Amino acid sequence: MFTYAYKTITKSYILAEMEVRKLLHDPTELISRALQPILWLGIFGEALSKIRAIPTQGYTYLQFITPGILTQSVVFVAIFYGLYIIMDRDTGILQKLLVTPTPRLALVWGRMISAGVRGLSQAIIIFLFALVLHIQLHITFWSLLGVVLIIMLGAGFFTGLSMIIASIVKTRERFMGIGQVITQPLFFASNAIYPVSIMPRWLQVVANVNPLSYMVDGLRGLIVTGDMSKMPFDILVLAVATLIISIVSAWMYPKVVI
Amino acid sequence: MPNIIDVTNLTKRFGDFTAVDSISFSVERGEIFAFLGPNGAGKSTTIKMLITLLKPTGGHASVDGIDVGTHPGDVRNVIGYVPQSISVDGTLTAYENLMLMARLYEVPRSERKQRVQEVLDFLNLQEHAKSLVRTFSGGMIRKMEIGQAMLHRPRVLFLDEPTTGLDPVARQNVWQHLLELRKSFGVSIFFSTHYMEEAESAADRVAIMNQGKLAVIGTAGELKVKTGKPGASLEDAFIYFTGNQLETAGNFREIRRARRTEGRLG
Repeated sequence: MFTYAYKTITKSYILAEMEVRKLLHDPTELISRALQPILWLGIFGEALSKIRAIPTQGYTYLQFITPGILTQSVVFVAIFYGLYIIMDRDTGILQKLLVTPTPRLALVWGRMISAGVRGLSQAIIIFLFALVLHIQLHITFWSLLGVVLIIMLGAGFFTGLSMIIASIVKTRERFMGIGQVITQPLFFASNAIYPVSIMPRWLQVVANVNPLSYMVDGLRGLIVTGDMSKMPFDILVLAVATLIISIVSAWMYPKVVI
Repeated sequence: MPNIIDVTNLTKRFGDFTAVDSISFSVERGEIFAFLGPNGAGKSTTIKMLITLLKPTGGHASVDGIDVGTHPGDVRNVIGYVPQSISVDGTLTAYENLMLMARLYEVPRSERKQRVQEVLDFLNLQEHAKSLVRTFSGGMIRKMEIGQAMLHRPRVLFLDEPTTGLDPVARQNVWQHLLELRKSFGVSIFFSTHYMEEAESAADRVAIMNQGKLAVIGTAGELKVKTGKPGASLEDAFIYFTGNQLETAGNFREIRRARRTEGRLG
């Protein structure tokens, strides 16, 4: 039991390290990915903050949506991670990894961590851009630590979900179709760009079970309002959801090779 | 010591379809064994069961005396696998690709660097250690993959169509390295191929699968004699034992993958 846990953790690290090395060999992807959140903040955010149509609890609209846009960019990176296992299946890399004495859970966690690292690089870009737009954020050592934790957990959850979808649909084309279909509702049925209170009743229910809302809520408390009262609950929900999805994903995704 | 591979009544069903229908055979230690058959004959499914990617529906298979159905984790420690399609990571360097496998295969930390260096020397890739693998030629990629599969000194190497898409020079080069590996480490080699000359020149014994069953097994010479035609080639034997019918199976995905591999390696 102990050796299994040790093996799982060291191998998750090895696999994540390799993913990060790949990213360092070719960082262009990070830059192109940064474009979308910059457009959301710079255009959508700027435009809507002029209208003042959305109640934002005394904060500027740009302050209000910064955690939402950050969450969006992390989730959009993670939700397409399943595509990599389909691509790795097509090339044979996945089969080869599955034939090594590596716990299945480590293969899932390795991906989750690397999605988290990509998410953190997005966070750095968004924070820098927020500085350019003079968006006031509450940044301290502890709030940044919380940001890292929430991004890693949130990226982990959506990576796991994505790997499960990949193991069911099995082809790139179908995966892309489903990816497109679920990302927009996930984002709009959350508290990312407007508060849950202005939504119709049924949508509020959806927003409250959407893990994306818990990420936004946690991040908003950390870097905007400084209200930490709901933080333990947000983190607990994300941690439990990520753990459950890790286990389901580790069980399901090896089936993608069949 | 048990045979390196022992298969008895091995069966795999997908719903109503029986992909592998109660086959039995053995591969001896140190043997080079060629596995032939038309697309969809059940070769890939059999290999997937032997390398623990698929659980058998019935029967038994053991590798180095370890049951693949009940102890897949232990089997993984004693086998090396080279898939048909490209399985090195083009966005990592040669050194990183090898080091990744050395770590995943739990080569002791003190020996890792040396093993990776040995493999690079053996494959004559020392100068390319720090190059990204996507810049490599087809032959170099195949050699890298064989190197990756040998880092942990497996007892048996499984190769799925190892020379598909390679030019004749690269093909010869790959086999030269495989034969050297057998000489140095006594590793057994189990490979599938569509090239009859390759099966004949490299393998000690040949098995031909057809429609989920083992049609025949023996040396290339024995198979030719069994056709009953004087002067028959192994290709004649292949056609004789697979029933001469037009290829009916092999799904779109497999064929697309094979073609893509050829495109990229060639």
